[in-house]
Amino acid sequence: MKKVLEVRNLSKIHGRGCAHCLDSTGPDMDSNICRHCGSVVAAHGVSFDLHAGEILGIIGESGSGKSTTVRTLFFDETPSAGEAIFFDGQRQWDLFALNAAEQRWLRNRRFGMVYQNAHLGLNFKVSAGGNIAERLLMSDFSHYGEIRRRARQLLARTEVLAERMDESPKQFSGGMQQRVQIAKALATQPPLLFLDEVTTGLDLSVQARILDLILEIQQELGTAMIVVTHDLGVIRLLAGRSIVMKYGRIIESGLTDQILEDPQHAYTQRLVASSL
Amino acid sequence: MQAVLKIEALSKHFQLHEQGKLIPSCANVDLEVYPGELTALIGPTGAGKSSVLKCVYRTYIPSSGRILYRDGDGRLSDLAQASEYRMLELRQDDIGFVTQFLHCLPRKAALDVVAEPLLARGESLEAARRMAAELLAWLNVPERLWGVPPATFSGGEKQRINLARGLIARPRLLLLDEPTASLDPATTDRVVELIGRIKGEGIAMLAIFHHPELVHRLADRVVELTPPLVAAELLEICAS
Amino acid sequence: MNPGYELPLEEAGYSFGFLDEYAKREVRRAILKAISIPGYQTPYASREMPMGRGFGTGGLQLTLALVGPEDRLKVIDQGADDSVNAVNLRHFVEMTCPGMDTTEHTRAATLIQSRHRIPEVPLRENQILVLQVPYPDALVVVESSEARRKTMHGEGDYARLLTRLYEDIVRFDEITIAHRYPTRIAGHYVIDPSPIPRYDLPKLHRAAALTLLGAGREKKIYAVPPYTDAEPLAFDDVPFRIEDFRDAAGRRCACARCGASDSFLDELIGDDGAKSWQCSDSDYCNEQLAVRNPQEAVHI
Repeated sequence: MKKVLEVRNLSKIHGRGCAHCLDSTGPDMDSNICRHCGSVVAAHGVSFDLHAGEILGIIGESGSGKSTTVRTLFFDETPSAGEAIFFDGQRQWDLFALNAAEQRWLRNRRFGMVYQNAHLGLNFKVSAGGNIAERLLMSDFSHYGEIRRRARQLLARTEVLAERMDESPKQFSGGMQQRVQIAKALATQPPLLFLDEVTTGLDLSVQARILDLILEIQQELGTAMIVVTHDLGVIRLLAGRSIVMKYGRIIESGLTDQILEDPQHAYTQRLVASSL
Repeated sequence: MQAVLKIEALSKHFQLHEQGKLIPSCANVDLEVYPGELTALIGPTGAGKSSVLKCVYRTYIPSSGRILYRDGDGRLSDLAQASEYRMLELRQDDIGFVTQFLHCLPRKAALDVVAEPLLARGESLEAARRMAAELLAWLNVPERLWGVPPATFSGGEKQRINLARGLIARPRLLLLDEPTASLDPATTDRVVELIGRIKGEGIAMLAIFHHPELVHRLADRVVELTPPLVAAELLEICAS
Repeated sequence: MNPGYELPLEEAGYSFGFLDEYAKREVRRAILKAISIPGYQTPYASREMPMGRGFGTGGLQLTLALVGPEDRLKVIDQGADDSVNAVNLRHFVEMTCPGMDTTEHTRAATLIQSRHRIPEVPLRENQILVLQVPYPDALVVVESSEARRKTMHGEGDYARLLTRLYEDIVRFDEITIAHRYPTRIAGHYVIDPSPIPRYDLPKLHRAAALTLLGAGREKKIYAVPPYTDAEPLAFDDVPFRIEDFRDAAGRRCACARCGASDSFLDELIGDDGAKSWQCSDSDYCNEQLAVRNPQEAVHI
């Protein structure tokens, strides 16, 4: 299997940081706030690999650093330290060494992101189709008819009614908004997709259909994905391998069914035991 | 003939941090599974029969012992030590697992649920569906159910979907955990016949059966597990 | 401004061109930078002028920094030389730049300051066009943060502007932007070309004359240097179009005064409610009239 992403020792510290930050935070200290300087260690020493076509789950509660991890990889945040290599065909990108224009280029064409909050992923001032058009225009599409055709196709694939293509997604239900986000993310057929709590806050039946859609897409296109969630059910259904994070650190990783049925770490055991 | 699977001194216990407990499961299991043969695990409830299967599949992390698997190229590797990616690869191509439970997509039709392992291996959709249909017919799954997601099926129907899904890809090693638990006698007979047939294809099987009678009908080797040692004894072993 | 009032030069101590020499030098440096980076909005220290911001102070500062006693200046407002804004600006320059000439003839001018129009007659290499700009940044409609706009300009990231064009076509089957049409200069920066109509944009493309754009309130100067590409944003299959002035029957309307059918027309509604059309560029209209009807042209 081909490697798509290699992350090594990713760190993100909010605040000025001090010599004690790392020792005084983490799961053992039961905090991600340094008691000496008040800095927040959002993530530290995060390392993992992602292979082509694989779905990797990152589980954790709020403040575990799971969202920070994908947001630094998608360039929404700048890491404090660490390295991430993106393998794209013959090319290798050292993500955190790129300049802003190169990062934007990758974001627009080779990565996709679906946020929990559709506000972050969609522009509500333009129509659903316009949102997809925007991403295509960022990739130098310049033929109106072609853009329109692709947008219609993508929305059909994610089961958004064609009649609603020219409406603002502001008027859509939460599930529909996520579908538009997914269509937008897929517009440039990226080999790597980040999904940050995409089903959180949706009705169960809507959740199930979104998860279905994600799996179908993964099977059809072979897109590698990182799925961030606090929902063990989502991980069970989607991810082959998973990482468990707490207070900015990875405390356990393994095959998803193993993590759920034979968790090794006390925290994971508690997490699994407390889920339905 | 060389064994496909050779388990040596496999033990599994669960360490529950919260409760400060060590829960023993299977202990000191030795067994071998050969191509075209079925090795049955027997023993009382709590002897850790399912744990053995799950350790082989890496749903559980073995506590000690070796799980030697010989792949199609004759290479021997210890599944207890294998990387996650190696395990995922083996799960896709070599090792199948039929459990009593079915985890699948809520919206997917039964036919496609069964066909899926073939698709993952690169089979065409048409061919995969054809083979899935044959298998479902053989297992007495009514045709009207093929297009329906299995989530709504009865226990016995789900079980057959699960079996079909595990059998269709013709793995080199098949793990069966009570595959006939909720089936009527007629369907059970069909399953027995099917297992006999795939034995003929050289597939190695490690199985747990609900009924001793099925063990008698299908097993080429029988391995009896004894219930785990009591905690005191275990602690003694740990200390030594 | 009272036309009878003359600035007491010796008392006020104003330099030629009202601005002191340091201010003019600063504007000229900004102009040079703007020409060097076509389409880039060069910041400059826009001075307080003795008139309100929004009355063309940006264009005026450019004009005052450029003009010399040997220049001949034409000031246009909406195509005409005799509208209030043009008259006042002309007076101000006449007052503060003794010895300099003004003219109403496009061909005779060396320097043309304009609001909302580019003259119909193609400009020459030895002419400079100064355009007054209210909103210099084409991206302001899609991004409110100036810091982010600067990054977007730097990276040539105009997808969101194009998305607006897309939305326009979806809703109205055509691009409905009438003026301030976003235009890409020299293949990179997209500018707001000031509130000139679409009709005037092709005149910017590879023009012989230098075009300078000044925004006084926003403190920005940018330029379309001579013979530089100026391409209105569009799609491959939905090209940029100019106003065509066709009536219901599909005929090109002509100016009711001079008869020209190759100029940008203003719509006039008569007392009887009837519509008629007239050249927006008054000098061009006069010129055409002189050619077609020398008799009538004399007393204009």
